[in-house]
Amino acid sequence: MLATHGESAKLLAGGQSLVPMMAMRLVRPGWLVDINEIAVLKFVAVEKDVARTGACTRQCVVERDEALAARVPLLRQALKWVGHIQTRNRGTVGGSLAHADPCAELPLVAQVLGARMLLRSAKGARTLEAEKFFSGPMATSARPDECLEEIHWPAWSWRRTGSAFTEISVRHGDFAMVSAAAQVAIDGDGRCVRAAFGVGGAGGTPLAFPKIAARLVGTRLDDAAVSDAAHAAAAETQPGSDLHASAEYRRHLAGVLAARALREARERARSL
Amino acid sequence: MSETLHAVSVEVNGRPRSARVPARLSLVDWLREDLFLTGTHVGCEHGICGACSVMLDGQPVRACLMYVVQAHGHRVTTVEGLAKPDGSMSVLQDSFCETHGLQCGYCTPGMLIATQALLNSNPDPTEAQIRDAIGGNLCRCTGYQQIVEAVQLAAERMAKEAK
Repeated sequence: MLATHGESAKLLAGGQSLVPMMAMRLVRPGWLVDINEIAVLKFVAVEKDVARTGACTRQCVVERDEALAARVPLLRQALKWVGHIQTRNRGTVGGSLAHADPCAELPLVAQVLGARMLLRSAKGARTLEAEKFFSGPMATSARPDECLEEIHWPAWSWRRTGSAFTEISVRHGDFAMVSAAAQVAIDGDGRCVRAAFGVGGAGGTPLAFPKIAARLVGTRLDDAAVSDAAHAAAAETQPGSDLHASAEYRRHLAGVLAARALREARERARSL
Repeated sequence: MSETLHAVSVEVNGRPRSARVPARLSLVDWLREDLFLTGTHVGCEHGICGACSVMLDGQPVRACLMYVVQAHGHRVTTVEGLAKPDGSMSVLQDSFCETHGLQCGYCTPGMLIATQALLNSNPDPTEAQIRDAIGGNLCRCTGYQQIVEAVQLAAERMAKEAK
């Protein structure tokens, strides 16, 4: 269908973003290809260094999966902020990623963890890292004939790994003005061995800051180091302004929330 | 222009229903306009207000964000399906009356579906869990407090009945 109809065909997963956009006539696809009954697109598989989810796996399934929460805790932490029960019962993981709203929670998790997207077309399959997958606001590098099939979420193996997700929105369940996600691993002495963090809503795509995060490795993640990293990251953002928040306020939030997420992640790692 | 019609079979409130529908027909429009189950309300029609909530295979979803063809082979429960078999009100519905958990009534079907789904999976919810369960349902009359009280009262009554 996608190969035949190209740009005029749209994949319909949970429909919690696409159907409202159609209701408001913001998109008018010529063809809708419903993938909800394709069983092979719905699964959660937790392996040694990676957790795989099928693209059409419902958000509520991912949220409740204990094995997944143990290995990639950031997913459950982020899903607590995603919509409401009614929307998570239908909404899918892959749908949220393919929709690529820069304020959405799951794309930020994918960006921060460096998730890999398995894309398939009639011609074959390829894997894209989150960084290359998200190409702009509501835009991805998936070609019109490709379907997101699986998402591979890296699972860190350090015993003392902690993560956290936080955001500010007008009402709980709304899209975030700005969100932040962090994951850190520490050794037995409390020194950081790996850190990753990012912010959403502060640019055209969710942003991760691997270079700044690398500077945290070797530190004890004390408040000053965390604050420096968060503010260095905020300085790199180029948020837009809208009715709810000015660019300046969003940049301020990016620094505050990134520091908050990093501190919460650190406390969780220390408690292990 | 005549549209292609698709055969669907959906179990609605325990009763098998079959129809031939265009692919673009939303679940809520089918329930209301073809099956005359007008208890489910149409509010915003883009997934914000929760007035159209129904249960799909026992889980609350928004009926304005689904097409009937997607419900093929599934079970749908509307607010009409919550009443007792003799048509009298369920414990939860009765509790809404008792605590004045509604005023204009527009959001009520969605509230009932959302909170019945909560009580089905969690018969003794905390106030925070109740508020979380109705987080996706807008009410412009009550301020939500009496709705929370209704659910608490229903949980108490159901616990007593179970004894």
